[in-house]
Amino acid sequence: MSIDIQSKPTETPSKDKKWVGSKLNRLEDKRLIRGKGNYMEDLKPLPNIHHAAILRSPHGHARIKKIDYTKAIDIPGVRSVLVGDDIRDWVKPFPVVADNPGKYFPMAIDKVRYVGEPVAVVIAENQYVAEDALDLINVEYEALSATVNIEEAISEEAPLLHEEEGTNVAIQRNTKFGNVDEAFEEADTVVKERVVFNRFTCMPLETYGVIGHWDSSNHAANIWCNFQGPFSMHAVMAKALGVVPNKLRIMVPSDVGGGFGIKITIYPYSCLITLASRKAGVPVKWIEDRRENLIGSSSGTDRVTYMEMAAKKDGTITGVRYKIMDSVGAYIRPPEPGTIFRPYGNYSGPYKFRNVELDLTAVMTNKVPTGPNRGYSCGQLYHALERTVDKLAHTLNIDPVDLRRKNILEPSQFPYTTPTGGYYDVGDYPAVLNKLLKSADYKQLLKKQEEMRKQGRHVGIGISLAVDPAASNMGYMDVGTPKDHSNKERPKSGSSEAATITIDYGGGITVTLNTAPQGQGHETVAAQIVADQFGCSPYDILVTTGSDTGTRAWTIASGAYSSRFSGTAANAILMACEGLIVKMKKVASHLMECSTENLDVIDGKVVHKEDAQLSMSLKKLAGIIHWNPTILPDEISNGLTHTSYFSLDSVKPVDENGRVNSSGLYSFAVDLALVEIDKKTFELNILKYYMAHDIGKSLNPQIVEGQLYGGMLHGLANTLYEEMVYDKNGQILTGTLMDYTCPTSAESIDLEIDHLETPSTLTPLGARGTGEVATMTVPAALTNAVNDALKPYNVVINDLPITPSKLFSILKEAEK
Amino acid sequence: MQENTHTMNITVNGVNYEKEVPVRKLLSDFLREDLGLTGTHVGCEHGVCGACTLFVNGEAIRSCLMFAIQADGADVTTIEGLERNGELHPMQESFSECHGLQCGFCTPGMMMAAIDFLKHNPNPTEQEVKEGMSGNICRCTGYKGIVDSVLKAAPLISKLETKSKVF
Repeated sequence: MSIDIQSKPTETPSKDKKWVGSKLNRLEDKRLIRGKGNYMEDLKPLPNIHHAAILRSPHGHARIKKIDYTKAIDIPGVRSVLVGDDIRDWVKPFPVVADNPGKYFPMAIDKVRYVGEPVAVVIAENQYVAEDALDLINVEYEALSATVNIEEAISEEAPLLHEEEGTNVAIQRNTKFGNVDEAFEEADTVVKERVVFNRFTCMPLETYGVIGHWDSSNHAANIWCNFQGPFSMHAVMAKALGVVPNKLRIMVPSDVGGGFGIKITIYPYSCLITLASRKAGVPVKWIEDRRENLIGSSSGTDRVTYMEMAAKKDGTITGVRYKIMDSVGAYIRPPEPGTIFRPYGNYSGPYKFRNVELDLTAVMTNKVPTGPNRGYSCGQLYHALERTVDKLAHTLNIDPVDLRRKNILEPSQFPYTTPTGGYYDVGDYPAVLNKLLKSADYKQLLKKQEEMRKQGRHVGIGISLAVDPAASNMGYMDVGTPKDHSNKERPKSGSSEAATITIDYGGGITVTLNTAPQGQGHETVAAQIVADQFGCSPYDILVTTGSDTGTRAWTIASGAYSSRFSGTAANAILMACEGLIVKMKKVASHLMECSTENLDVIDGKVVHKEDAQLSMSLKKLAGIIHWNPTILPDEISNGLTHTSYFSLDSVKPVDENGRVNSSGLYSFAVDLALVEIDKKTFELNILKYYMAHDIGKSLNPQIVEGQLYGGMLHGLANTLYEEMVYDKNGQILTGTLMDYTCPTSAESIDLEIDHLETPSTLTPLGARGTGEVATMTVPAALTNAVNDALKPYNVVINDLPITPSKLFSILKEAEK
Repeated sequence: MQENTHTMNITVNGVNYEKEVPVRKLLSDFLREDLGLTGTHVGCEHGVCGACTLFVNGEAIRSCLMFAIQADGADVTTIEGLERNGELHPMQESFSECHGLQCGFCTPGMMMAAIDFLKHNPNPTEQEVKEGMSGNICRCTGYKGIVDSVLKAAPLISKLETKSKVF
């Protein structure tokens, strides 16, 4: 059997069909299926690389009295040991937007505040020896009381994590938009709900990996790591390490084994390993093991939300009050406290209500510091909002679908500015909802549910809606800037990305990106875009991804997070193509002695519009530009490289009223689930799951479907299976994959997916975000479905994860 | 402390090696560091995620749970050994065609586990694939593409001539 996947695209574009929008098989796969990927652990960029092992705190909260590593350093092969005392003069705390953040360094100094916090780093000739030495380091601790529960940590009696701050509340903001108090006073009905969102982690299959090299001759840091940035974290790192930005070079390999947000927060370890290199005088490599990953890297926040919703008796929602409390763990680590601000522009979701109160609090607890986790704070948001919408429907005895239909934005309201400053460019939300209801045959489904209930089965239907923000505004954190340092000094905005394209002397096209993907298929989509512009095959295009801040074009927003590639980098690629085409037309017009306006690029050739016989291949033109530039007029520069930057103009700084369009693009999604609680095992069986989306233009439907399935599984993990459990001392009980149970193929479900494509008006390609949307709808849809199943028993479950043991307890209690 | 070593003989993807190896070195580390076969990925180091799955004497094993010297004298096949004479194994082709991978980190172990599963159940139902592949974790695909890939590969592998089969 002869197999050449290169020549077998699933769909081949014809004359009027483009590569963009086709289900092209991925270019990345060619190396990945052969085991020829280029991941962090595979790199050997420098000679004499030593290996690090990290000694971590066994306490949730303790004072470090003494560290003795004399025995460890005596082991043959051990080169050095780094402890907190070493770094005092070498680093500054990571800069943070918060009122009372405490000081966060790459390792513990004087005190440990969570189990897993780095206390010492051994640098040795290999990993095995480094780990041997850890056992010989003696640390004397004075254990302190810990606080792990959000609402307890706020109380005055709670032990303080950072005594100098006098509180565990890192930041708290209360802002009202519209006439909230009036809306609640005049409401016919007010419903209240308390919902609890679990702390769970991204758990990419590849853990963190870093090679740090401190260049003492230049006071510079060269760091290889499987980062999702550079992003603005580059600035955070440079500040902490005390280097000027151009002396911090961060390189990310082309292949990163999953991220989902956690690899944004690798940077404290990138700094730590670079400090280890500074101490040891050699390049140092560290590959995190799974236990370290589960206890000491990062997780999403656990959150308690108190919701209040005001409505008229016909079901019109008139106002919402959010009281949100997030446990951000032992330190505020940028981009935190983004967890409470990231959805600023879409706190009203897909609904029309204009009166919103946001009471947002980030609380420090003796748990691992948090960070983005696929959907960054939007799973939490819509879980709370959609549970409350369901409660309102239940209270008013209105069908949950009808209630939503009454309150969602109408197509005529677009472009729509939300009460909190979000800008939704275009959409037809009712059409998406209708599409889903048609696919699900909602009325029939209700009848089916009724029949099953009569048979004594615990069956429920749940719906959830979400507006999915993508391409985060670099300025949204300014809503949290403490009043005493006015953000007017240096307002921030934008969500931009760069792309560089070079055509070589043989006509070969190379695209260089700095987008640091972790499996999203950037190489494939980039090749599709370029192939359409030049009329060539995507398989002939070379795309370089990963990141290198030292040699490539990038922006402070660069990286793969907040579902931003399709709305930012994709457009930069298109613009870079256009830049090159302009130049090639100029050259062709000179050589062909005609006006550039008479020229087109078709099938890899510059062709005269009126005489197709008059043409020059791009290869020939490239050859002339490189080999024979002196025949060209002076105004045509040498070389065939073009770099373009694309920025979403709609993401402005925070306005004078405290509103901000926190993201550049907003997709819309509706999910509907039919579930059954097994009467014997109390497991939740998902009988049917429907999704409908408007993500704008789909650049590669195969990749889009993969993202939706992946997001769904993440939501499923969140809702039913995963939780990082801590005891009252801050001891983590879920430190291995035997205790932290991830869903496998046996737990996977099938989806019925519908799409409506309304291209974004803000970008030339018209795409929005896709990768996170399912994580925003799944927790809410499943929780609503479970509660619908529990409705005959008059009990409610609002805390995730919804485990069989919780369902057993609640149903047994109800039966009494 | 002197590292105890052992001289071992091992055949990997048809190539014979004689190497002196620390007795405590894991098979996964040996393959990656000593032989440069970095296609075998290590995801958890405690035998749960399945990313390091490969074949030792025709049996699928987790190479993070085995010392290298336990494979002394053995015939090992890693992901790099699936392609024969420039031809991809049907499992590799199916994974690409069915979008069975995104980040690609679990993929080598996933494909090895899938080949082993089909060896025991050459004509499975979708439900059997879901159960049979549940020893390997993927965090990207939601398993949809993986299940489709295994179902697509099954008849292709059955049709392979015995000499072209990996096992």
